[in-house]
Amino acid sequence: MVPALEAKGLHKTFGAVIGAADIHVAVAEGEVLGIIGANGAGKTTFVNMVTGHLKPSRGTIHFLGQDITDLPSRAITQLGICRSFQIPQLFGNLTVLDNLLVAIGVMEASARALWQRFRRPEPLALARETLQRYGLTSYAESKASLLPQGVRKLLDIAMATVRAPRIVLLDEPTSGISTDEKFAIMDTLMTALKAADTTVLFVEHDMEIVERYARRVLAFYDGRVIADGPTAEALASAEVRQYVIGGEVDRRAVTARA
Amino acid sequence: MLTAVAIVVDGAVFAAWLFIVSVGLTLIYGVMRILNIAHGSLYALGAYTAAWLVGAYFAQGYPPLAGYLLLPAAALLVGVVAGLAIERGVLRLMYGRDEVIMVLVTYAIFLVLEDVIKLIWGVDPYFAYQPYGLLGTVDVLGLPYPIYDLATIALAIVIGAVVWWGLNRTRVGKLLIAVIHDREMSMAVGIDVTRLFAVTFVLGAVLAALGGAVSAPKISVVPGIGVEVIVLAFAVVVIGGLGSVGGAMIGAVIVGFARAAAVHLLPEAELFVIYAIMAAVLVVRPYGLFAKPEARRI
Amino acid sequence: MTLGRNPTVLVLAAAAVGLLGLGLLMPDWLRFLVQISLANSLAVLGVMLQMRAGLVSFGQGLYYCIGGYAAGMSGHLLGVSDAFALLLLGLVASILVAMALGLLMSRYREIFFAMLSLAFSMILYGLLVRAEALGSTDGFNVPPATFLGIAFKGGEHRYATYALTCALAFVVALALNRYLVSTLGYLGDAIRENEIRVEYLGASVRRTLYIKYVIAAGVSGLGGGLVAIAVGHVDPDLAYWTTSGEFVFVALLSGTGNVLAPFVGSLLLEFIRTFAFAYAPYTWQMILGGTMLLLILFLPGGLWSVIGARAERS
Repeated sequence: MVPALEAKGLHKTFGAVIGAADIHVAVAEGEVLGIIGANGAGKTTFVNMVTGHLKPSRGTIHFLGQDITDLPSRAITQLGICRSFQIPQLFGNLTVLDNLLVAIGVMEASARALWQRFRRPEPLALARETLQRYGLTSYAESKASLLPQGVRKLLDIAMATVRAPRIVLLDEPTSGISTDEKFAIMDTLMTALKAADTTVLFVEHDMEIVERYARRVLAFYDGRVIADGPTAEALASAEVRQYVIGGEVDRRAVTARA
Repeated sequence: MLTAVAIVVDGAVFAAWLFIVSVGLTLIYGVMRILNIAHGSLYALGAYTAAWLVGAYFAQGYPPLAGYLLLPAAALLVGVVAGLAIERGVLRLMYGRDEVIMVLVTYAIFLVLEDVIKLIWGVDPYFAYQPYGLLGTVDVLGLPYPIYDLATIALAIVIGAVVWWGLNRTRVGKLLIAVIHDREMSMAVGIDVTRLFAVTFVLGAVLAALGGAVSAPKISVVPGIGVEVIVLAFAVVVIGGLGSVGGAMIGAVIVGFARAAAVHLLPEAELFVIYAIMAAVLVVRPYGLFAKPEARRI
Repeated sequence: MTLGRNPTVLVLAAAAVGLLGLGLLMPDWLRFLVQISLANSLAVLGVMLQMRAGLVSFGQGLYYCIGGYAAGMSGHLLGVSDAFALLLLGLVASILVAMALGLLMSRYREIFFAMLSLAFSMILYGLLVRAEALGSTDGFNVPPATFLGIAFKGGEHRYATYALTCALAFVVALALNRYLVSTLGYLGDAIRENEIRVEYLGASVRRTLYIKYVIAAGVSGLGGGLVAIAVGHVDPDLAYWTTSGEFVFVALLSGTGNVLAPFVGSLLLEFIRTFAFAYAPYTWQMILGGTMLLLILFLPGGLWSVIGARAERS
């Protein structure tokens, strides 16, 4: 079984700072992997390397057996790996609908696609359907820069998933979304992604989200992977408790009291 | 052999001129993130003011040596008056806007100043050759060179040293460096960025005008000299990296010697050589030789 | 709006027909003014196209001049006199140069793009000024154009070139209007807003900007060719920074919302220019610069932002 995504010996330095040190990860198709770690541990650096925004100093990345290490992000997207952002990357002055239409409009990388009308019935239908799936229909005509933070996040994720990629990397999908909405959104999102058998990697700081949706957890610290295994195991490891979750506090007791 | 000497000395003279003319542009960009296209007008204003003052002075028959003081005087006058007028009157209303908008703003100011120059001085050429010829020539390895030209080399070195010392050894200089690196943080720690902007802009304006004043005795001062300068200065500054004073020096040296070589060896390529070098540098280092690395955005 | 699905197209068609008709009635000086402003509008459209992608071209005069000189030189060197052939040659020349320069220019944004475009147009100016064979600063005359073999004379010839300009401006405007509603058109806005995201969505920003650059150059070259035919003369001033500056000015004045806007803005500019030169010759640049500053301060969307907003509300 060829892994959907395989990183071997990934290494990245920024001057004297080590962003990634000897990372080995293999993700099977359809897996849901949670990536955790303190700020600056190297999670986003890893995502940036996998998606072609950064070139690793050493090491390789393979997608279904194909070497994608040196490909630019647009080529990696065309191959079927998409990603959402920690800080939503939107087209501020365009409407929510237009944002999605841009994502749909460039799905086909041909000259013909460029010259087609932007608002054809098919893309419009797909866009509206996506908006509905994410509960964004009422925002369709709003300018992206004027949206509340949580909605911006959703649009960002919607733009990443609209082309039904094989692998999707979500960088802090629930940050900025209110607590009561987090689970609703993740439920919708993960159900849709699972139905399409998408491989999902998501970076999260919220351990409840990680526990609930990730089958496997990858923990980063100081550029290195300090844990890689089934969720319960990884979260219970001593190193993860020390460097990521923090201390020996019984979190369930704390949240129960709150 | 003579050609080699000519290329070296010509190159040094031209490099000196380029540096004097470009350093103000890179300084203003470095601190204020504004590419000041009106830099060309300030150069022209400096040239016109100097030519006019020098012309009037020598016509009266005053002692010639003091006439040289008129050149920096003209630069100071133009730099302070025009610089303050532009910064206070126009730029202050536009701070915080997109970099390209600021370029459009300085472009508009450039348009206005070109006509201001025509309104004040008309379209006929001005000449102020006396300071150029009065110093006489000196023999450099067999070639006669006007001492004035060699003096500009000295002036460029002095300006470079003063700017370096000013930036690295004075308190104001250190504040400027802080603002160059991070405007927001500087404001957050209490640096009066607004006042520093005014100081920087006036300084840049004075330097631009000085470039013009120093050139006035060598050229016929006519409308349009500003445009050639802004395009050249941009090329020089880009090679070194926008915002880097040391880069401007390196850029000036590279362009100066390349142009001198072209003039002596292949005159038709004179114009091309400058832009060919700029294009070559940009292909390898898109933001210049000493550009600052950019922080992560996503 | 009750004008149907695409009001712009209808307005363009009406304007084209109207101008053709009025052209028969207008006094010579007015018709000439309209003709020049129509030709210049094409160069402004070139600027506008790039502006929507966030790029300000301070040197669009480069292609305007290439189009004009190519048309003129074809007349002298190749003996071509057919107006359509001259324009085609101008178009091809502009596109070829743009395809080469675009490889460099598509790497740059913001200040660099603006200044490089200025630099290249001034390089051409410098070359032409030094070219004795091309008449240096005086330029040279363009032989009168023929139309598919027919050589009109006098008033008929003037109307023929006018009609050609109207027709071509209409066609270009239609084409660009279609372009604006295509994915390529919207990609310009997307690139302006967030380049990184565009790359992450799978599109090549560089390739897109390259295409836009070449289209803008071609359109500007056509404008230059039309001017060469209209005026019967070309000189290096076509590439001078002030010419490019006027295109930027009109683009700012008109805003980037609609292909109609540059035509209106260009006409306004020609009218103001005629009066300014008559009454206050050394203030033209000042008027342009001052107006630009006012526009930036108070009307960043150009005049069209006012007209467009009112039209939407009614």
